Amino acid sequence: MATTTVDAIHAPAEAPAGLWGWISTVDHKRIGALYGVTAFIFFLIGGLEALVIRIQLMRPENHFVSPDVYNQMFTMHGTTMIFLAVMPLAASFFNFLIPLMIGARDVAFPRLNAFSYWVFLFGAVFLNLSFFFGGAPNTGWFGYSNLTSTQYAPGHGVDFWAAGLQILGIASLAAAFNFIVTILNLRAPGMKMMRMPPFVWMTLVTAFLIILAFPVITVALVFLLFDRFFGTNFYVPASGGDPLLWQHLFWLFGHPEVYILILPAMGIISEVLPTFSRKPLFGYAVVVYSGIFIGFMGWGVWSHHMFATGLGPLADSFFALTTMLIAIPTGVKIFNWLATIWGGRIDLKTAMLFALGFIAMFTMGGLSGFMHASPPADLQQTDTYFVVAHIHYVLFGGAMMGIFAGIYYWFPKITGRLLSERLGQWHFWLTMLAMNVTFFPMHFVGLLGMPRRVYTYAEHMGFDTMNLVSTIGAFAIAVSLLVFMWNFLSSLRSGKVAGNDPWGGSSLEWAIPSPPPPYNFGSVPVVHSRDPLWHKESREAALAANQVRGHIHMPPNSFWPAVSALGMTMLMAGMVFGWFIGIPGLVLMLAGIYSWAFEPCA
Amino acid sequence: MAVATAHAAGHAEHPATSTGLNSRKMVFWAFLGSECMFFGSLIATYLVYRGRDAVGPHPHEILNIPFTSVSAFVLLMSSLTMVLALAAVQTGNVRGSRIWLAATALLGMTFLAGQCYEFTEFAYEGLKLQTNLFGSTFFVLTGFHGTHVTVGVIWLWSLFMMAMRGQLPQARALDVEIAGLYWHFVDVVWVAIFTLVYLIQ
Repeated sequence: MATTTVDAIHAPAEAPAGLWGWISTVDHKRIGALYGVTAFIFFLIGGLEALVIRIQLMRPENHFVSPDVYNQMFTMHGTTMIFLAVMPLAASFFNFLIPLMIGARDVAFPRLNAFSYWVFLFGAVFLNLSFFFGGAPNTGWFGYSNLTSTQYAPGHGVDFWAAGLQILGIASLAAAFNFIVTILNLRAPGMKMMRMPPFVWMTLVTAFLIILAFPVITVALVFLLFDRFFGTNFYVPASGGDPLLWQHLFWLFGHPEVYILILPAMGIISEVLPTFSRKPLFGYAVVVYSGIFIGFMGWGVWSHHMFATGLGPLADSFFALTTMLIAIPTGVKIFNWLATIWGGRIDLKTAMLFALGFIAMFTMGGLSGFMHASPPADLQQTDTYFVVAHIHYVLFGGAMMGIFAGIYYWFPKITGRLLSERLGQWHFWLTMLAMNVTFFPMHFVGLLGMPRRVYTYAEHMGFDTMNLVSTIGAFAIAVSLLVFMWNFLSSLRSGKVAGNDPWGGSSLEWAIPSPPPPYNFGSVPVVHSRDPLWHKESREAALAANQVRGHIHMPPNSFWPAVSALGMTMLMAGMVFGWFIGIPGLVLMLAGIYSWAFEPCA
Repeated sequence: MAVATAHAAGHAEHPATSTGLNSRKMVFWAFLGSECMFFGSLIATYLVYRGRDAVGPHPHEILNIPFTSVSAFVLLMSSLTMVLALAAVQTGNVRGSRIWLAATALLGMTFLAGQCYEFTEFAYEGLKLQTNLFGSTFFVLTGFHGTHVTVGVIWLWSLFMMAMRGQLPQARALDVEIAGLYWHFVDVVWVAIFTLVYLIQ
């Protein structure tokens, strides 16, 4: 990626070329690219699953797929989009941007970072192997017990799901540990906590949520696997076990997970809006504190997913109140974004359009979410298409719009070329139109009583037209993605050359070449303000970081992270496939870890 | 856990950090925070399910408090030897570091032997993983704790082998300190389990 002249001068450790260089890479920028491409492929797979769902629901009494395949489709669609698409797409931004934004040469633990990626890749492949070994999981993305018991889910699908999520959890945990330490410990001189770009702050909050939330689902999945493999009684009502235990543990993870999905997108648009309004972020400190407050409050609202289980008036009131309370910091952020663009010199580039689209669509998703905070209303909406509309406004209209804003904004930094604005505008308006055509009618079919996850529906229930409209919208989303992919591939080859700072951004990554050299900064930058490139003195200090002074130490490549990750995945896969996969996996994992631990890394 | 083990043992010194705290130590504290949620969820499940069983054996019929008090004492003493091992490495006392690392690992193995005996004994008395909620929650909770002790023992023997080969000089004291953090954490978890499961029935 880097120019050869620069490599020749410094070449701290010559990185192997070609495929082997990518397998053994510890460069956060390359790992970020791997995350991005892999996650986007899974995003497309999840999208195809969505299209199958929409074709099946296109008209009443349809039999496009069998009920069992349909169940597999909605389960894998949800699981894929959340764990294999949105989370790793956010991780791709963390990887590429965090070291650049805080003025570091790499993350705190480069090999651990590579390990995270390989575990994610192998875990994602393992989960999807279920399609070829007796059928994918078919119990919904939140796998409510006791649908997941061996009695109701006798095949291996749920085993693939539970073991796959454990593997993916390890990838997320390892990455989150790494980014916490990177952000706290590798900041350039002068980069105080309250000078960090808002995206870095949101990443930090997300990483803390990950390390505290994932152990909870790990335990929930351990219980599930023990119930299925060893006949324990955790979720077995006949032995006194309580299926609600699963719901409590799952949502105690699941609600922080909602913020794990949305906070990175909020961070992205907090970078994009100021740049294209030519104004610093309005109320920076309040935006940061709101993000932290959301991080804390995210732990106190999980039971609003469970109003319909009959928790009793006290618990219902408590969780209704906390849920209404958490809307406040979110609303504060929305008003801060609006105040940022207010009176600014607005430049409606594609990245800015997606950021504005995020505000509009996420607000709509937030409002329908807020409606669920009231238990009596929630009881009408639970398990209807109204909830499906809500989740897609916050995750597609919110998280994915934010991610697209980020792709258009940082693509030139990553590749050195600009994405086409003309195709970008097509992409944005098509996405905006298509997502509303797809998801807006779902509010109505939901309130009319159409249950979610239902295989088909009878004629003349009032669902027919709106389902057809949703299906047409889903195909329009597919077209918008084709436009995006065409833009991506053609701009990669022949896009306009970007230069260091095509947008006039304020943060450190715009001070260095695009794409950045392997060592990022020739010398460690010194930071004097919150928007280093927007103030005369601090701009000079930031640009001075391009001069190379002294020897640059870069970590050498290593393939042990990939070996350890493969071994660990095989060990977990052994639960499904048998000891002949598990035992070699264990050996490989131990060999990988010990070689890694004793590998010289000078 | 394997992740933390791996890079805890393998990273060279980093340059000065923004907070002044060592990065490896910081990542390990974050890992222990995560572990708190892991054991917290296991213990909470045990407490929620306590007393719900229609069929025995029930905790008060089967838990052997005097025996487990002894093994708890053994595990707590291993924390003391762990401190001595770290002090020996930090002061460059090669012989001391070998002795105390081995002692800590042996005490850990004694605890594990006690747990094996306890599990076997319970099985004879009719309590298995599948018997009732108590069996499921008890064995999974204490079993995961035992697994953590096992990983710690392997880690300690690895450090012991390094000490025997002269690969554990004063400069690598941090490797032992981080293993110590893990070991003390596992001990503290046992204090919580011993109190909540055995003593408060």
